Amino acid sequence: MNQAICLQVTGLTKQFGGLAANKDISFSVEQGEIVSIIGPNGAGKSTLFNCITGFYKPDAGKVQFFDRDITRMRSHKICKLGIARTFQIVEVVSEMTVLENVTTGALLHYGRIKPAMDKAAEILQFAGLYEKREFLGTELTIADKKRLEVSIALATRPRLLMLDEAMAGLTKVELRDFLGLLRKIRQNGITLVIVEHVMEAVMQISDRVTVLNSGRKIMEGTPKEVVSDREVIQAYLGEKYSAHFN
Amino acid sequence: MSGQLLQQLVDGVLIGLVYSLVAIGLTLIWGVMNIVNFAHGDFLMVGMFASFWLYTLFHIDPLFSIPICFFGMFLLGMGIYRFIVRKVMKGPLLAQMVVTFGMSIFICNLAVYLWTPDFRLLPPTILQGTWQFRGIYFSIPKVVASAGSVIASGCVLLFLKKTNMGRAILATEMDRDAAVLMGINTDRINGLSFGIGAALVGVAGAFLSTYYYIYPQVGGLFGTIAFCVVALGGFGSVEGALIAGIFVGLAQTLGGFFFDPAYKYAIVFSIYLITIWIKPKGLLGW
Amino acid sequence: MRKVSTGQFIAGVTVLLLLIVFPFFVHHPIHLHVVILVLMFGMLGTAWNIIGGYAGMYSFGQVAFFGLGAYTSSYLSVNFGLNPWIGLLAGGCVAAAVAAAIGYPCSNLRGHYFSIATIAFAEIVRIVFNNWKRVGAAEGLTLPMDKPSFSHFLFNDSKQPYYYIILAFFLISLVVCYFVATSKMGYYFRAIKESHRVAEVMGVNVVLYRLIAVMISAFLCAMAGTFYAQYVLYIDPDSVMLLPFSVQIVLISMLGGAGSILGPAIGAAILIPASEYTRIALGAKGNGVDMLVYGFLIVVISMFYPEGVWSLISRIGRKKTRTSLHAADKAEAASAQR
Repeated sequence: MNQAICLQVTGLTKQFGGLAANKDISFSVEQGEIVSIIGPNGAGKSTLFNCITGFYKPDAGKVQFFDRDITRMRSHKICKLGIARTFQIVEVVSEMTVLENVTTGALLHYGRIKPAMDKAAEILQFAGLYEKREFLGTELTIADKKRLEVSIALATRPRLLMLDEAMAGLTKVELRDFLGLLRKIRQNGITLVIVEHVMEAVMQISDRVTVLNSGRKIMEGTPKEVVSDREVIQAYLGEKYSAHFN
Repeated sequence: MSGQLLQQLVDGVLIGLVYSLVAIGLTLIWGVMNIVNFAHGDFLMVGMFASFWLYTLFHIDPLFSIPICFFGMFLLGMGIYRFIVRKVMKGPLLAQMVVTFGMSIFICNLAVYLWTPDFRLLPPTILQGTWQFRGIYFSIPKVVASAGSVIASGCVLLFLKKTNMGRAILATEMDRDAAVLMGINTDRINGLSFGIGAALVGVAGAFLSTYYYIYPQVGGLFGTIAFCVVALGGFGSVEGALIAGIFVGLAQTLGGFFFDPAYKYAIVFSIYLITIWIKPKGLLGW
Repeated sequence: MRKVSTGQFIAGVTVLLLLIVFPFFVHHPIHLHVVILVLMFGMLGTAWNIIGGYAGMYSFGQVAFFGLGAYTSSYLSVNFGLNPWIGLLAGGCVAAAVAAAIGYPCSNLRGHYFSIATIAFAEIVRIVFNNWKRVGAAEGLTLPMDKPSFSHFLFNDSKQPYYYIILAFFLISLVVCYFVATSKMGYYFRAIKESHRVAEVMGVNVVLYRLIAVMISAFLCAMAGTFYAQYVLYIDPDSVMLLPFSVQIVLISMLGGAGSILGPAIGAAILIPASEYTRIALGAKGNGVDMLVYGFLIVVISMFYPEGVWSLISRIGRKKTRTSLHAADKAEAASAQR
């Protein structure tokens, strides 16, 4: 089946001083897919994220979102177009309630408070946070904060949701619930691109996996293919171990 | 290069070094505790008055009263930390800023109350007069003040980098949480930093008193300039304060030279604003 | 925003009625003057609240806009005979334009860096006006006392008309603040206060909204400035552009409770009479005692009541109490350390 290409990254390069954090990275994501981006620490995953979502300006390359070139667009404009993201260290408005947080996200597409708040309540029901809607941002557990972050992202009506190491620090049960939420999101037609370290989550949820190492893309494939690939193992565990896997 | 211009360059560096010394204390406090001490200029004033009274009442030459100023201001700084600043550090950022403004008003008007708003000037001291070199006038008190500033900066840097206490301060500055984990008593470090910060600006006051007018409101302008120096040099950076101080001093004299001396501080602040817009993390981009 | 309870509503209406009838019962010019100042600073505090309390931009330079408003309307009135009411609008526009011009490059500055930039800006304005011959330099401008009338914004005989005008202005500023707080703008400002990153992922155009905030605030400050000029009929850089004036505005908002609509008004109601009557009682000798008390008060308030009076009041009735300034700033400090 031919799905539309949701995200197309071509030849993306980003340098910081002498260090090339992203070197000529290209990949594409079809609409409705869940794609994970993995790689050892320092591989350039977060940089890639920031380049795609407008927090960094790439030095070279192109980022296309459906039919729009978003390469040098500012982050709030990209958000308006339909890409939402979360952060490695959870960021929510601590002095607002859960409901107010999500309402702020919803205000992007609903100019008035009342309809935005109604929409926000809907999303909170979807995400399982409705009971805690009057809690302040500071009063939530980490797992709930992540859920809130995702809810805010959903309120901005994204077609693509990008999560930056969202599963870190979750217990097994929290992880299972979170993955359930992600599957629900995908069922609603939203494409997901997630950067992850927690391999368990990656294996369970991804349609495809892209592997980065030292700023380059070294492999792409199904989770099973990636995990048994020699170069990937070498990147994570070093030369010695990869020799065992062949 | 014309003699006039050269003179302005020299004067700019000289006054800039004094600004550096004032700023070093401020940047230490800011870097370690994330507190901007808006009363810093008034600490300078206290140092100046201390030096003045030590001379007027006890005939101690300002250069020799420097150690007294240092220790006196050190104790004052630690006291202020212990009883006032420590409490507001647990509060909101806004309260932290406002409390130092309150301290500034209090200290300044305490001086007005105790010593009247009159302008005072110390008679020439041991090192006085002007030295002439190839048509450029070097005012000796200013040169001494600048040299003292450089020496003091050097001492502070040595202290920070070579002593255990100093390194603890640097560690707290760089990563507070990590410092706590390493067993550093950050509360003591805070007090120490505040004390050293106050002591340094007290010393600057002692130097300044050898040639500058001494009056209660003198801290205002120096304080504002010190903030600019610190922000330009990058908060927490001693080297940055040194370089930025010279930069600001030059901006002042050259600005006054090429434009209008009446506007020289406006030019300084304008250059500050323009610099901070282009390089928000300061000249050195720390 | 939290809904207004019946009790609070009745209290508010009562205060308003008291304010309206006040001049009929109290005639002594000193007391009228103090309340006029309370209302003026209440307005200024509310104007500051929009950028400081809501958007987290702690400006110590609002006095510059106050002064710009005062000077614009006065200059136009003295030199071109322009009606001060129109001068009021002109002053507001000038202030808003300057705010935008200076606010735009400052868009990325937060916390201390922003505050210091505002101080630098305010000082530049003061120094310029202190030396600019066209506007009177250090001597300032004296407004003519002829043609007293409402249409000329000038009353020679009594303070009462001034009182009602500033009361109206104050109420306008409250309405503006209320509108900002309960609209999309309010939500966006609060997100910006938390962090620029959070706001951006929510789709907020941070630069634009910060500009809107500073422009609204500047316009209101300028309105107060024009009022002041018409009230005292003499302005100079030292009376309308001095830094301690800005600090007072911040202090009022903090004391009353930044981030709440009525906070600054309450702060003004407490602080202005305190400082004015202290000055009258102790300050005449010029030995600084009144300012000593003032400085001491500031330190004590910052140490023990940093959240402001309003949060103390509103805590009665709210189950989960939270420090509004506190939480956001801790997050800010934590993220600044990263």
